[in-house]
Amino acid sequence: MTPTRDPLVDALRSVSAGDLAADLDAAIGRAERDGLVDVGYEVTDSPVGPLFVAVTDAGVVRVGFSREPVDAVVEELALRVSPRVLRSPRRTDEVRRQLDEYFAGRRDHFDLGVDWRLTRGFRRTVLERLYEEVPYGRTVSYLELAVRVGNPRASRAVGTAMATNPIPIVVPCHRVLRTGGHLGGYGGGLPAKRLLLALESGEAPLL
Amino acid sequence: MPLPPFQRILDEHGAAVHRYCLAQAGPDHGPDCFQEAVLAALTAYPKLRDGSNLRSWLFTIAHHKVVDHHRRQARRPQPMPELAAISAAPTSTGPVSGLDLGGGELWAAVGQLPEKQRGAIALRYLADLPYAEIAEVLGCSEAAARQSVRAGLTRLRSEVSR
Repeated sequence: MTPTRDPLVDALRSVSAGDLAADLDAAIGRAERDGLVDVGYEVTDSPVGPLFVAVTDAGVVRVGFSREPVDAVVEELALRVSPRVLRSPRRTDEVRRQLDEYFAGRRDHFDLGVDWRLTRGFRRTVLERLYEEVPYGRTVSYLELAVRVGNPRASRAVGTAMATNPIPIVVPCHRVLRTGGHLGGYGGGLPAKRLLLALESGEAPLL
Repeated sequence: MPLPPFQRILDEHGAAVHRYCLAQAGPDHGPDCFQEAVLAALTAYPKLRDGSNLRSWLFTIAHHKVVDHHRRQARRPQPMPELAAISAAPTSTGPVSGLDLGGGELWAAVGQLPEKQRGAIALRYLADLPYAEIAEVLGCSEAAARQSVRAGLTRLRSEVSR
């Protein structure tokens, strides 16, 4: 604020700030207990870069790689899930812990609820099937996955489903490769896909 | 206009609302007012029709919490911070030397102002709100908001220099 000529006004403006962080934290804690926070999110470090994670009462609703700006993802959540979106270390604690264990090679599946509401129709069917049927350390081709959902000619649409997966890593679209073992694409970038596959095959040095 | 993520409202206005609550209700009760305001805002937020002026919306909620607090205090007799503490301070230079004491005591003096002046002063100089928004929060005209700030300043000046 620009200083004025008036010492009274300057003094009014220089009131001590108190502890904003603590009071905010207390308020959000209470809001969470009262069920007033519909989506909690946090950004967490990982070997594939900072990961955005968002959680609702139903479970993990969104994971994002750093190529997606946090502001944009949060905005999307406000629009598509609820405007009551708040940064929340508490709410995301469990998913972040499980991700840490996964990256440390100490976890081969996630015990988390999954909130599927950011995907629908065929894409959702494919992602759910992938989540249920393709375990840690295995891979599957786009075509094979298309066959599994009963639509062998839909491997392209399966590709789109992977590309628009709102919950990568937890819903393991990195386990889907092109026929013949080519990597195919990945929302988090191919180096991330390679790293995840190496981690699960036991090739990567533990991270 | 779609409602932005609540987190963004807190990022943009949380600090100012917090300062406002602390200045208005003091270090003991200010944090409670602030928390109450955040909870009330979160409760009402999904049903809010118009997301175009979220700052005055949030300050209006905080202002109501502060007013509620003062009304509760008024019903419950208890010692109030004395203006004497300010005028008794060592005076060195000029008519507003009491201000050297720092924001805390000055704001205690603000706490003695009539409700409207108190709110107007805090919204103007702590929250840096334009008069149009102050008027919205206090539910009065812009001219009345200006008048409340002026009257509040005049009164403070006379009190701290006494």
